[in-house]
Amino acid sequence: MFRILNQIVRTGLRTEPVARPDAAGLERLGIELRRRVDARFGHSLAIRQVDAGSCGGCEIEIHALANAYYDLERFGIRFCASPRHADALLVTGPVSRHMEQALRRTWRAMPAPKFVIAAGDCACDGGEFGESYASCGAVERVIPVDVRIPGCPPTPLQLVEGLLAALAQDRD
Amino acid sequence: MNVTDPLADLQGLLTAPGIGATACAGVAGVESCLALPAAHWGLLAELAADAGLRHAGLWADALDEERLRVQALFAAADGYLLAQTEVTGAPPELASHTPLFPGVDRLERHAQDLLGVRFLGHPRGAVRWTRHQAWPETAHPLRPDFPLAGDHPGRTPADGDYPIVRLQGNGVCEVPVGPVHAGVIAPGHFRFQVMGEDVLRLEERLGYVHKGIEKHAVGRDAAGLVRLAARVAADSTVAHAWAACQALERACDTEVPARALYLRALLAERERVANHLGDIGGICNDVGFGFGQSQCALLRERWQRDNASHFGHRLLMDTLVPGGVVRDLDPAAPERLIQANGELRRVLRRLFDILDDHPPLNDRLLTTGILAQGTARALGCTGYVAKASGIDHDLRHHVPYAPYDRLRLETAVVEHEGDVAARMRVRMREIHASLGLIEQLLAALPEGAIAAPLTPRPEASGLGLVEGWRGESVALVRLDVAGRVARYFPRDPSWFNWPALEHLILGNIVPDFPVCNKSVNGSYSGVDL
Repeated sequence: MFRILNQIVRTGLRTEPVARPDAAGLERLGIELRRRVDARFGHSLAIRQVDAGSCGGCEIEIHALANAYYDLERFGIRFCASPRHADALLVTGPVSRHMEQALRRTWRAMPAPKFVIAAGDCACDGGEFGESYASCGAVERVIPVDVRIPGCPPTPLQLVEGLLAALAQDRD
Repeated sequence: MNVTDPLADLQGLLTAPGIGATACAGVAGVESCLALPAAHWGLLAELAADAGLRHAGLWADALDEERLRVQALFAAADGYLLAQTEVTGAPPELASHTPLFPGVDRLERHAQDLLGVRFLGHPRGAVRWTRHQAWPETAHPLRPDFPLAGDHPGRTPADGDYPIVRLQGNGVCEVPVGPVHAGVIAPGHFRFQVMGEDVLRLEERLGYVHKGIEKHAVGRDAAGLVRLAARVAADSTVAHAWAACQALERACDTEVPARALYLRALLAERERVANHLGDIGGICNDVGFGFGQSQCALLRERWQRDNASHFGHRLLMDTLVPGGVVRDLDPAAPERLIQANGELRRVLRRLFDILDDHPPLNDRLLTTGILAQGTARALGCTGYVAKASGIDHDLRHHVPYAPYDRLRLETAVVEHEGDVAARMRVRMREIHASLGLIEQLLAALPEGAIAAPLTPRPEASGLGLVEGWRGESVALVRLDVAGRVARYFPRDPSWFNWPALEHLILGNIVPDFPVCNKSVNGSYSGVDL
């Protein structure tokens, strides 16, 4: 126990401030639903993540959001296990045809109001894989997409910015 | 020293008049390559099994509309033998190797789904593996007449009627899991048959992230292929890119500058450290030991930030190109990287001291998910899964490729218990070994160019073999008459490590599945392709 406490004390506080995205940043991420989210979701967000054919890169960076440097939960954003509990669906990958129906069913299982975030180049526009016999080519080909976070993969900071933009509070 | 050489023995038997195999010089990068008549394909497996060889994979390649080439790779302790045959016909038929080498079950079904080879005597018959419902049973995406775009009348239905083997009886119930899981994980389906909490049987059903990587490779140039290889599985981006580069460079006889080889090894060892850190944290997390997870996640984050600042990408994606690497190290970088190594070592000494001897953790990890050495050998496991079950095999050590042939490797990292704890200890020891290798690489970094031009050689083939963080990673590349890619097959070690999970979970309780799964950590994307 003392060894654990000792290590925790030595590690100290590692959480870093994250800049709230400015107007240009919001435009870059293609966010239009800021007010909608504020009004409907009370500034907090439960996210269900679905890998729809990703190479796993986006997942590594989404996992990193939970580490102490980014500590996503401090912004009221958390990942939930069931689509029934989710406000937002975070989708990665070019939507492999083998995941097409599972993705659609997950989205249908979510209660309204809901929105969809496409994370990574594959989810945004097909990326390296595009449309083929095996993949649909972009999340928006299968379900409606509200926010796009490009990158191969997007860094945790880009993901936080994208998610915060979807939640940004109007502080004026 | 070896008294007998099983590869030479096998080669001798196969080239004997009765079988009539002939040496072929077609594939660069493997010492012995034999072509044999299709009729003796089953005998090949029998002789290889008798010789005690490990089956290191099997794949098919459409040479034209009619002819299919099937290749099988066999491994001895210190070398490889590639056997190949050609089949024609509708459907082309070949004896299955699965009855003798159960690890190639899914590889044969993958070749069946994508190229239409029927493997006679396969214990699961012609049950599909990679194919779900995106294309019909009669179509084969890797045949030349199948367009990349496919033929899609509409939505692809779910693969509802896949024949899972069932256990039935009083008190047996079935737990289906996936493809969409509760966490942030890749999709796969697991079907448990349980009695109470005890797992009686587990069947894995993968293929959900199949995105046609092999088809996408067709027609690409060398640089395009390596960019694709970097996305076979993001956590093994260096391993797959390096294997693809090796295959191309061997096929095209390209001499890679020494500095580039050292930098590649540096990248590969950094990938190993990052993933092992992540998985050790994941194993802790799966038994509710949040402290271990948060400490490892911090260390991994710091490590990946160093990746971004010194190599340009947090996951090291697109750092390799055919002929070398993309960017050189800053003059100040070696010192900073060595300093970062020192800091990581200091933290790990305290952290691993806790993980090694923390009774609540030991209670969950010791004797959980035991993989017997015999099972690991029968399946052909490599990497930490094999090492934790007492199998001392590491390409860097036993079949060293440049630059590992010039480095001093620590004594083999082997544990014998085969449980989750042993797999975690192997990872802990491999991190230390990699930190040592990184220091050796930086200390002896040769001067000179970081890339050599690669001139594509028409109709050349090459095999790449590297020890990725998961284990032995293979890449086969065949170029067409124009020097473009005609066939690319990346064989991730997970083909053999995934089936191990079906065995080691037996008799364990369902709540221990996540930690067993994490300790194996098979790649979904790496095998779904």
